[in-house]
Amino acid sequence: MNLKQIIEKLNLKVIAAEDSVDVEVKGGYVSDLLSDVMANARNKSIWITLQMHQNIIAVASLKEIAGIIIVNGRKPDEETIKKAEEQKIPLLLSDLPAFEIAGMLYSMGISG
Amino acid sequence: MNNNSVLFEEDFKIKGWDFTNAGEASLKIKNYLKEVGIAENILKRVAITSYEAEMNIVLYAKEGTINFKVTPKKVLLEVKDRGPGIEDVELAMKEGYSTATEEIRNMGFGAGMGLPNIKKNADMFVIKSEPGKGTKLNIEVYLK
Repeated sequence: MNLKQIIEKLNLKVIAAEDSVDVEVKGGYVSDLLSDVMANARNKSIWITLQMHQNIIAVASLKEIAGIIIVNGRKPDEETIKKAEEQKIPLLLSDLPAFEIAGMLYSMGISG
Repeated sequence: MNNNSVLFEEDFKIKGWDFTNAGEASLKIKNYLKEVGIAENILKRVAITSYEAEMNIVLYAKEGTINFKVTPKKVLLEVKDRGPGIEDVELAMKEGYSTATEEIRNMGFGAGMGLPNIKKNADMFVIKSEPGKGTKLNIEVYLK
């Protein structure tokens, strides 16, 4: 499924790398531990997290993550947004909790 | 060509607690390997080991270096830091064990997965640490 469709269906707010959302999403991963994402997330996955620190961008870039959804209405700081732009990692915001977002993605056919 | 001849080598300086540049060395290493056409599964394993080693310097040491080398047979990383060292290396290798502060944990680190992740993804891994001085890691990932 294309990230653009996901953004539309989940009503996500794109706050960085808007030009990089036309990508195929091959899976999903939910975690707030960066080493866990490094070890276990698959390439081209969408990553659901509540972490907002700029470190998430390096991890996403190394893992070739398709996009990061930051949940619970949390808003990342300027450094994170700037890094996401540089590394072309779409940063997406939702007011919903991780469980809801994961459930919706799963029902749309995205699996781990 | 000799199997031990170095095809590429680069040194990276890593500063402790510098989150602006944290991960940059690992990204450069990964991008280089990708450019020269190294297989995806090897790339992933090198990226995990270099990132974990790099973040250990950022999170725990004053400063450190990563020496990255590629030979026809393997990727080699030598990671050295000037830092507190590790009192009990065996314990630090245990999944879930961490000495991380609350601040480090809040950023999503300190889950006690770093060193075990390096071990899992490396074909050869040696860790030497001197408490009060620093830690040295030698990591190798074979290309075939």
